[in-house]
Amino acid sequence: MNSEFFTNFVYIISSILFAFGLKFLGSPVSARRGNMLSALGMLLAIVATLFNGHVISFQWILIGIVIGGTLGALVALKAGMTQMPEMIALLHGCGALASVFVDWTAYRVHGATDLTNTITLYLSIVIGGLTVTGSAIAWGKLSEKITGKPILFSGQKWLNTTIITAIAILGIMFIINPSRYDLFLIILGLSLSFGIFMVIPIGGADMPVVISVLNSYSGIVACTTGFVIHNTLLIVVGALVGANGIILSIIMCKAMNRSIGNVIFGAFGNVVKKTATTEKKEAKSIPVEDAFLILENAKSVVIIPGYGMAVAQAQHAVRELSELLEGNGCDVKYAIHPVAGRMPGHMNVLLAEANIPYDQLLEMDAINPLMDTVDVAIIIGANDVVNPASRHDKSSPIYGMPIINADKAKTVFVLKRSMATGFAGIENELFYYDNCRMIFGDAKQTIQALVAEFKSSQH
Amino acid sequence: MELIYLLFILVLSIFLGFALISRVPPLLHTPLMSEANAICGIIIVGALIAAGADANSPLTIILGTSAVALATFNVVGGYLVTERMLKMFKKKS
Repeated sequence: MNSEFFTNFVYIISSILFAFGLKFLGSPVSARRGNMLSALGMLLAIVATLFNGHVISFQWILIGIVIGGTLGALVALKAGMTQMPEMIALLHGCGALASVFVDWTAYRVHGATDLTNTITLYLSIVIGGLTVTGSAIAWGKLSEKITGKPILFSGQKWLNTTIITAIAILGIMFIINPSRYDLFLIILGLSLSFGIFMVIPIGGADMPVVISVLNSYSGIVACTTGFVIHNTLLIVVGALVGANGIILSIIMCKAMNRSIGNVIFGAFGNVVKKTATTEKKEAKSIPVEDAFLILENAKSVVIIPGYGMAVAQAQHAVRELSELLEGNGCDVKYAIHPVAGRMPGHMNVLLAEANIPYDQLLEMDAINPLMDTVDVAIIIGANDVVNPASRHDKSSPIYGMPIINADKAKTVFVLKRSMATGFAGIENELFYYDNCRMIFGDAKQTIQALVAEFKSSQH
Repeated sequence: MELIYLLFILVLSIFLGFALISRVPPLLHTPLMSEANAICGIIIVGALIAAGADANSPLTIILGTSAVALATFNVVGGYLVTERMLKMFKKKS
């Protein structure tokens, strides 16, 4: 009893440290301190658990820690910032799999002790199972090992309904008769397969939502596992992580003007057909030399980056250009749409990596009221998030989606490879506006050409 | 009684989570997510108990040891990658 008390006491301290860790993430100034405190809380919890009398053999623990720790450190230090979403997906999957294994051992060693235990065990392996494979598929899609396009086949809805029904019926049977190990294994297998079918029909553009939803699932699994093994710290942390995933999912859905149900159950690719432009309009292009002359006279410039900028690896060239512009007496800001990257906040990390100060990065709601006063808006690798059709064209699939009002700027430059459509496959009417000029070509080369113009004019 | 006490903790933690996380600016949402992954590695405390519980069953040893490895991966990977990202955020000098 004494060691139990001691462990739980340390768990309280860990919970407080985790809470402060999240609180300090409220500002970039204190965020690193928060991460440290959180890691300290984790260390305390691990040490306290090891001192608890229930742990008998340490050799396997040591092997597990060495393997997991080495791999974790390698992956964390090697991953590029563009690869962050797939790294996060991997971590979701590993956390959920660890939970499932803990549930499994608890069931094998102690059996299902009472009704609560059986129900939480059931919920835990169902949510855990689908999170494991769902995250694996999301990881595959984000790292482009699987096509980012929605994978659809006939009978998909029928198949999913069958699996869900089977999981529910077998679940009731398991709860009535908790000693049936075979049912446990079948439910786990079905949940694992459901995770695959749940994520494959979801397209690459919706990945920010999927990542956030899986994040909340991984928290919920930690929570249910906490109920299975009666561990309070797991419940606290699971609730914190679950809340995190839910908040981020809501933010991402609002930014895309979609409901969570619509993302998970209605593949975007289904609905959207390429809207044929009835009138043949011509987008006006501009050579780099002329673009430079406009930029040289600009007093304020807003740069609107999209994931295409990261793909072209143009961040560093963009920073160089913005420094030259500032040296020329121009005010430079960056407008960040919530879904500009592949996961929540991704674009901010990519720009921070290129040494762009975070006080220059403005959220959509902060920049939009200022767009009227901006001389030049430069759109780099973004498309749907600046499409004015979302404000007025009720027939457009993105109607109602909040956008950055780039078109309100005096002049708009669009850096683009070709006139191809964006993720959603929708024509962007902004390109045909009178104040819009296209600069075709690789974004990085275009920016570098602009930088070269600036430098040669200074000599 | 045990159940109601655990539910009590759950409900208050959910409120705490919403209160804390809604204050994190979108600027830091990616590090927030990796931080969440790191603390989700707290499942390691369950894994340690599982791995150290029964030295006679091969299945338990395999599951327990794998759970420890996976959870450690989350803890180490999550905290390191968060630190790496947060280090890059700089204010204009």
